[in-house]
Amino acid sequence: MKRSFADLHLRLSLKDSATASRLINKATALGYRLIAVPLPPETREDEEVKLQRICKEAKIDVAPRVDIKPKTHEDLTHQLRRLRRKFEVVCVSCENKEVARQAAKDHRVDLLNFPAVDFRKRFFDRAEAELASKSLAALEIDVKPLLVLEGSARVRLLSSLRRETAIAREFHVPIVVSSGVATETLLRKPRELAALTSLFGLDETSALRAISQNPASIVKRNRQKLSPKFVAPGIRVIKEGKDC
Amino acid sequence: MKRAKRRYLALQIDSDGAPTPREFVDAVWSAVTKLYGEYGASLTNLALVDYNAEKKMAVIRTALATMDIVRTALSSITFLAGKEAAVHVLAVSGTVKSLYGKIRQ
Repeated sequence: MKRSFADLHLRLSLKDSATASRLINKATALGYRLIAVPLPPETREDEEVKLQRICKEAKIDVAPRVDIKPKTHEDLTHQLRRLRRKFEVVCVSCENKEVARQAAKDHRVDLLNFPAVDFRKRFFDRAEAELASKSLAALEIDVKPLLVLEGSARVRLLSSLRRETAIAREFHVPIVVSSGVATETLLRKPRELAALTSLFGLDETSALRAISQNPASIVKRNRQKLSPKFVAPGIRVIKEGKDC
Repeated sequence: MKRAKRRYLALQIDSDGAPTPREFVDAVWSAVTKLYGEYGASLTNLALVDYNAEKKMAVIRTALATMDIVRTALSSITFLAGKEAAVHVLAVSGTVKSLYGKIRQ
């Protein structure tokens, strides 16, 4: 069966629809079938419709995503309560340990993201992985820093990523590899992304899973949950009416 | 002595500029050396086989054992001749003839 590739972190500016359209068309040409675009929490409905229209023209599936950067765990739960039902993908940028731990154990969080440059703020350790393995959160790795960083910064990032992916695999935390780019020239083919992941020790099978099945299953699960027919995990409305 | 197996890679250069073959080869060597060092680069047996500046396509040859190294290094190229660029792998094959056949498909 042919793999369907997904990039859950394509940064677009909807204000510049020509550039957004070019980037989306490029993603389609490179072989992606699903993208997630981070939108500001206060996105108007017409902007989302515009994005859907561009993606429909480019024949690519799109999932609205929100990136939240809470300062405290109360802030995180408050934002999740407010935003979870509005977006298909919720990513938490963990700026401190308190937020990272809360995000890892919250079932409403889809992706855990850590700063690429500040290595002291990469909190994905064994404790974090254990919490994440019991919830539904996946570890998101953006490839963009690997392309733009050089020298010691890239060496340190690779070292951190190697450690984190090993921990994630040990605790069966899904890994999602995304591009995280906003320009066409930094966009890579799915298999090129997979090749880059070999730099931090991900084997080919895991790498391909991280850009196909893992992101697709997150979107599929959330679409089911956001559907009006969803009642609880495993329970959904099949038929309504008096004849039931 | 057993003959070393090779792979040919057809590449598409995605750039606003028009890099010369020399600039392209330098960028590939530089990417391999940056990521894998001089020792790693020495194992690749890289060579430019064909270069079409008009279509911005290139064919390179590498040792089969180091193909993953070369693919990763090619993916890490972000600049070519001072301009933003990307190098995409179009096809991989064991012979030049079948490589051109794959591209034509």
